[in-house]
Amino acid sequence: MLSSKHFFLLPALLTLVAIILFPLLFTVRVSFSSWDVFQSGLDFIGGSNYVRVFEDQRFWQSLQRLSLLSIISVSLQYTLGFALALAVWKQVRGGRLMRVLFLIPMMTTPVVMSVIWRTVFHESLGPVNDILSAFGVGPVPWLSSATGAFISVLIVEVWQWTPFMFLLLLAGLVSLPKEPYLAAAIDGAGTWRTFWQVTFPLMAPITIGALIIRLIEASKIMDTVYVLTSGGPGTATETSSYYIYIRGLRDFQIGYSAALSLVYLVIMIISLTIIAKLLLRMLVGKDE
Amino acid sequence: MIKIKKFIGPASALALAVAAASPAMAKDYSQFGIEKDLPGTCSYEAIDAKDYSGRSLNVITHAIPVIGEPTALHAEQFAELTGAEVNVVHVPFGDLFQRIMIPFQSEQNAYDVLFYASLWIGDFNRFLEPVPQKYLDSTGMADVTDSFTGVATWNGQMIQYPMDGDRHYLKYRTDIFDNADVQAKFLADTGSELVVPETWEDYNKVAAYFNDSDWDGDGELNYGSAEVAKRDDLMFSAFISRAAPYAKHPNVKGGFFFDLETMEPLINSPGFVRGLKLFVDAQKSFPPGGNNFGLGDEIFSFGGGQTLMSYSWDDAYVQANGADSRIRNMVAAAPLPGAGEVWNRDTGKWDTFATPNRAPYMTWGWSSAVSSMSEEQDMAFDFLCFFSNEANAQHDLQIGRFGVNPYRDEHLDVDFWKGLGWEDKTANSYVSTLSNMEKSQNRVFDLRVPGVSQFMSSMANGVAEAMSGQKSAQEALDGVAKEWAEITDRIGKDRLREAYANVVKLEDNEG
Repeated sequence: MLSSKHFFLLPALLTLVAIILFPLLFTVRVSFSSWDVFQSGLDFIGGSNYVRVFEDQRFWQSLQRLSLLSIISVSLQYTLGFALALAVWKQVRGGRLMRVLFLIPMMTTPVVMSVIWRTVFHESLGPVNDILSAFGVGPVPWLSSATGAFISVLIVEVWQWTPFMFLLLLAGLVSLPKEPYLAAAIDGAGTWRTFWQVTFPLMAPITIGALIIRLIEASKIMDTVYVLTSGGPGTATETSSYYIYIRGLRDFQIGYSAALSLVYLVIMIISLTIIAKLLLRMLVGKDE
Repeated sequence: MIKIKKFIGPASALALAVAAASPAMAKDYSQFGIEKDLPGTCSYEAIDAKDYSGRSLNVITHAIPVIGEPTALHAEQFAELTGAEVNVVHVPFGDLFQRIMIPFQSEQNAYDVLFYASLWIGDFNRFLEPVPQKYLDSTGMADVTDSFTGVATWNGQMIQYPMDGDRHYLKYRTDIFDNADVQAKFLADTGSELVVPETWEDYNKVAAYFNDSDWDGDGELNYGSAEVAKRDDLMFSAFISRAAPYAKHPNVKGGFFFDLETMEPLINSPGFVRGLKLFVDAQKSFPPGGNNFGLGDEIFSFGGGQTLMSYSWDDAYVQANGADSRIRNMVAAAPLPGAGEVWNRDTGKWDTFATPNRAPYMTWGWSSAVSSMSEEQDMAFDFLCFFSNEANAQHDLQIGRFGVNPYRDEHLDVDFWKGLGWEDKTANSYVSTLSNMEKSQNRVFDLRVPGVSQFMSSMANGVAEAMSGQKSAQEALDGVAKEWAEITDRIGKDRLREAYANVVKLEDNEG
């Protein structure tokens, strides 16, 4: 039964509706329309846009590419971030300064950094090929070959987001209990064994959280691709979000891009749920 | 935000009093950065006489500097002269279309004046106010070239206000092409005379010969050709320039991109495929990373002296001939290369031409317009007339980064360009190349139809797939043709045909 106290929930509920539910429901409605550059009304065309999505090879290829890019980049970010966190966790000289330095890439604007990286990778004018040529290497086609462009995007992603992993994992390490380490030391465990049998298992919950957060973020990669390669050469670095951007904002196919976005959202929810379950099973040994 | 008639102060009042006392003495407007005011319908003096105090104008334009910078400059001047408040919104190119289109579709009167790519006329025409007769009769309008009058016209009515004129043409290094030693060596090595390429096959051959060697002796490697080849960065224009002479038959009327009668896409016809094959082949003469060059890279590469040849808009030419350029006056302009064989879609055969077929590409360019929802249309048209007045146009043409290129007959005056320090060959070749494009009877214009972005984006993707080796030229363009047919079905054949007829009229010289 409603009482006056329930009205106190109203502001929060209205905010929720305005911020989350309305845009989502509006997107669902738009996805069933043919809203386009020449047709601005919210007409109803049934599931035509969804049929088109399932026939759109370019979208599915971009999704495969995105999956590969996300998995490789997040794995590298995790490995490097963990290594850096372990290095700073132990009392090392200049540890505080290093913590600040490690965080700088994460605090920069992705678009600006992508422009700088694009200059760095510029094949005839950029410094990377200049340095490599001093060792008799190159010129390396960083942005003009499919593999080079993919690796370039990967490098920028890893550079920018490893600090995020570092931050989360360092917070996890700092909060670990001391007792298991004392017990391991008494049992005579070495550094390697202590890491695998104490640190790594204790860090499992935070590892899962960090990986899932980064996978969600990595799956939205758009600005780096836009500035660095525009999805090229060919379609070698075209990711799903960049493809949806092209269809929506460049081609102005609003109805179709809404359908693409929703299909993409459902795929992400399902796949990330599965990944989270698998990680739990692998790292913690149970589902819950 | 710019407001208040700042110039009305004691000094200005005194100046006005002096001017009134001696009407023969023209007022000095050089404080606005122009050399002097030039007579015309919307001269500084004429606009100065207007009072728009208390009224405001909302303008949307491109980001600074290209078009954005002159918009900001002339908005400030207009505000000072008339007392109007002029609000200018700068938007990056990738967002400009939707920032204009969404308010149009939702019937919001967001902007009075719009600056945008002229090829979007097919999408925007129903939201634009036709240019009133008094501006059609203005001095500035009388001198606009036929091509750019055509670009501004839709269904027989001028709805865009011309303020830029863009075309693609060839740019090459005269210090190499005119060098007797180089010519002799080229002849000895290849058995051919070194001449400015007449066909795209010649272009590729010359580019390949001069690729990867230090032909200017500065200790750095030089390359054959700089081209805009990055997907989604105006690469579609480069492809059209290359394919046009093979696909645009001077004796076949009725459509270049589509067959106007059936609205079947022609983009995968043998002419376009030949053009794409040559584009793919040209990559071996690009500088390292050249197949990822956007327009900025192309300007920098050719304008900076790295490459022998290039083709695109005027920017690289102006940069190469700038006062501080190390290749100043070592660059000349020429028509885009042509084709010895042209696909005839009527007969389904290649026709051979003794003199290569040329198909100059009048490639989009910037334009401006007034929204039909604007409640300030009189002031908005005055602003556009002032923006492009004689003094402002001459000023803007001289600044490469402004992105304003010749669009009036008076801009095609050799003496004007020599006045900038250009030597005879640099100025003469530039003016004659541009003038001859105006005279051509085989010009190609952009696909100015509803959904043009969808068509161009699809084409750029197909071309990029071929350039990267993912698909053959034929496979890639077959894919584009399939997608174009789907877009045509979605938009509606009749709607497209009606719009495309405007383009065909220009191309077939019936406009």
